[in-house]
Amino acid sequence: MGDVLDIIVKRLALGAVTLLVISIIIFGMVELLPGDVAQAILGQGATAENLAALRARLGLGDPAIVRYFDWLGGAVLGDFGRSAVTDTPVGDLIGPRFANTLFLACYAAVIAVPLAITLGVIVALLRNTIFDRVANVATLTAISSPEFFLGYILILYLSVKTGYFPAIAKLSSDMTFLDLLHRTFLPALTMVLVVVAHMMRMTRAAIINLLASPYIEMARVKGMPAWKVIVKHALPNAWAPIINVIALNLAYLITGVVLVEFVFVYPGIGQLLVDSVTKRDFPIVQACCLIFAATFILLNLAADVLSILTNPRLRHKK
Amino acid sequence: MTEKKKEVLLQIKGLRIEGYSDDKWTEIVHGVDLTLHRGEVMGLIGESGAGKSTIGLAAMGFARDGCRISGGSVEFDGMELTTTPERDRRALRGSRIAYVAQSAAASFNPAHRLIDQHTETPTHYRIMKRMESQEDAMQLYERLRLPNPQEIGFRYPHQVSGGQLQRAMTAMAMACRPDLIIFDEPTTALDVTTQIEVLLAIRDIVEQFNTAAIYITHDLAVVAQMADTIKVLLKGNEVEESDTRSMLANPREDYTKSLWAVRSFQRDQKTRPTGDVAPVVSVQNVDAAYGKTKVLDNVSFDIHAGMTVAVVGESGSGKSTTARCITGLLPPTKGKVLFKGEELPASYKSRSKEQLRQAQMIYQMADTALNPKVRICDIIGRPAQFYSGLKGGELKSRVDELLDMIELEPSKYYYRYPTELSGGQKQRIGIARALAANPTFIICDEVTSALDQLVAEGILKLLDRLQKELNLAYMFITHDLATVRSIADEVVVMKQGQVVEQGPKDEMFTPPHHPYTDLLLSSVPEMDPDWLSRVVDERGVDNIGEAADTSA
Repeated sequence: MGDVLDIIVKRLALGAVTLLVISIIIFGMVELLPGDVAQAILGQGATAENLAALRARLGLGDPAIVRYFDWLGGAVLGDFGRSAVTDTPVGDLIGPRFANTLFLACYAAVIAVPLAITLGVIVALLRNTIFDRVANVATLTAISSPEFFLGYILILYLSVKTGYFPAIAKLSSDMTFLDLLHRTFLPALTMVLVVVAHMMRMTRAAIINLLASPYIEMARVKGMPAWKVIVKHALPNAWAPIINVIALNLAYLITGVVLVEFVFVYPGIGQLLVDSVTKRDFPIVQACCLIFAATFILLNLAADVLSILTNPRLRHKK
Repeated sequence: MTEKKKEVLLQIKGLRIEGYSDDKWTEIVHGVDLTLHRGEVMGLIGESGAGKSTIGLAAMGFARDGCRISGGSVEFDGMELTTTPERDRRALRGSRIAYVAQSAAASFNPAHRLIDQHTETPTHYRIMKRMESQEDAMQLYERLRLPNPQEIGFRYPHQVSGGQLQRAMTAMAMACRPDLIIFDEPTTALDVTTQIEVLLAIRDIVEQFNTAAIYITHDLAVVAQMADTIKVLLKGNEVEESDTRSMLANPREDYTKSLWAVRSFQRDQKTRPTGDVAPVVSVQNVDAAYGKTKVLDNVSFDIHAGMTVAVVGESGSGKSTTARCITGLLPPTKGKVLFKGEELPASYKSRSKEQLRQAQMIYQMADTALNPKVRICDIIGRPAQFYSGLKGGELKSRVDELLDMIELEPSKYYYRYPTELSGGQKQRIGIARALAANPTFIICDEVTSALDQLVAEGILKLLDRLQKELNLAYMFITHDLATVRSIADEVVVMKQGQVVEQGPKDEMFTPPHHPYTDLLLSSVPEMDPDWLSRVVDERGVDNIGEAADTSA
């Protein structure tokens, strides 16, 4: 197990370096946005004094490298600065939004991951049957449709026509947890539909890939029924690729949901990011991007560690 | 034993099996009959493609994916398996008919401990409770002479050696005390010294429980030790069947006789050139390590032009590692490798193209050593182009010439893909690829061990002819002493990373030997049904796989 710790520490260090590189890229990209920031924020009618005052507040007079290190120094301590538009601390703006996004991602993941793996196992078991084809076509259709389209279809059938679920996922502080689940069900379901296909197909492929192994034939000639051969003998050896795909999809649930949030008017971080880009609120844009990058890195790290833990060769040394 | 033997346990009649390939079903077993009595052991022998494993599995009412039983009957203890529903057939497998696979290392699930795999069938079919079965497993481990029988089952397959795994798999087959066990080449992947342990363990336990067995192998000497009767198969047909002793003494059919007579190939032993000639390759006091584990310890030997040096030893003895040091894939931690008297840089990365060209390799698994997506002309043409800079028509005629050398017709094979060739042909392509660089030295790493004996003999003859024509030096890595006997000029015996003995072949095969060499030599099964019993008497049951204390 010491080796696993070793790997975690090394990967964390590497992740930190990656994050640093990404911070430079993010900062550089925001710098490259055309036009004058102060002008964009205040609009055409701004007076010269107002512009100058805003530039001074934002520190735009300083060279880029100084501003970068100011920002980085703050970010390391958790202080992402203040909004260029409203002057409120970025942390206060992002915090609740990010929590909402995380909640929705977890909600979708709790449904999607077990569903995808179960379906994957079942289609592997019933491979090349009608069920396999139908499941493949259905999930591929879901993944190929634009998210907003899926969202609107769900609204049409599960909200407008039947009234089972609300079409707008507005949150209020006096909701019970059940209310919350009910109100956010449609956006969560949309996201489930988007991510299930990928994970299910990887589960199926990883299992089928192992079916030619001698130990699978052994399990069969030992008289094990087909479901036991797959669940007990193939699946434990198929985790590594499945886990990696799950991690990618979880990251997508957090970072790729702008459209879903938009369709359901859900107050998540994606909407905030889009708003901030149009408003040129660069401290928020930078913070959001950094959070997204960290999410990707952490989830991939978790996937690597879990893959190692599922491999008995690495868990139990000779 | 004689009385019990009369009761028929398995009766196969006119068994036909089809395999699915190239979008059609082709018959691969053409009406084979087989009768097995309780407690009887039948050996099935033949080359690859004879249908041995397919018939063995059919005896369990099982067909591999892409195979189907298309005719005939398989009657096990009064039950017709070809018409029984799959559910009932499945209930027989593991409990009344068990299977022991060729490679235990690949056939144990890497994700579960041995004991969990052992108790799976008994508990699934409620034949035993988990704890009962676990206790029983430990007793079986003990009977099979596994070390630490109380503890070994709680290990994962990768934590146990190949010979021990093969015995654990035999124990697993015994878990429900089946009436019949199918042994499918259970010792083929093992070293001779490990093989003898496993053979003895299998023979004893089958006798103790009076279990009937079908023993599948291509090794006649092995089957002679294990079987009461032998059935010879060729391309899905029965050639002949009779009891072991008369089969060995008096084979009737020509094909059987030809199997008996393999390894007739023998070439004259060459001696080193006299005078002060630098050897082609000289390995001098080489140490090597994988990470912190030392795997080679002070290895030294010379290989002269036009000569074959066989490097023998068990797996893990450092044979292939030595080859990696010579080719520079693994830089030695100490010592050096000289090529025609000149020291080679330790790593292949710092060697010149000319130095790289001189030493080439041929691998054990031609299947995996040839890129399946590349045509033969490119597989052979690439090194010819890389090392000699040939292009266009010159390159084509060079490839044609190389194909001629390996006795494959250029016009027929030039544009083919490796997957369209047989095992022996693929290995020939591997040889041509090595020759394309125009080397003076070739490392042959177990090049014949994956091939049938007759095909292997063809490869050995080819290598010998090429050696004479091109004055090549060979380093021939093998664990098969029969191969050594037929082609080597000098022998290097390795054990645990050290050279324990080396010298000209005839000296190595005449006593007195180093005790380890003696152990290797005397562990090679002989075509005598009493050989195993004799060796047991000589060495004792517990030291069967270990060197005698005193050298002969």
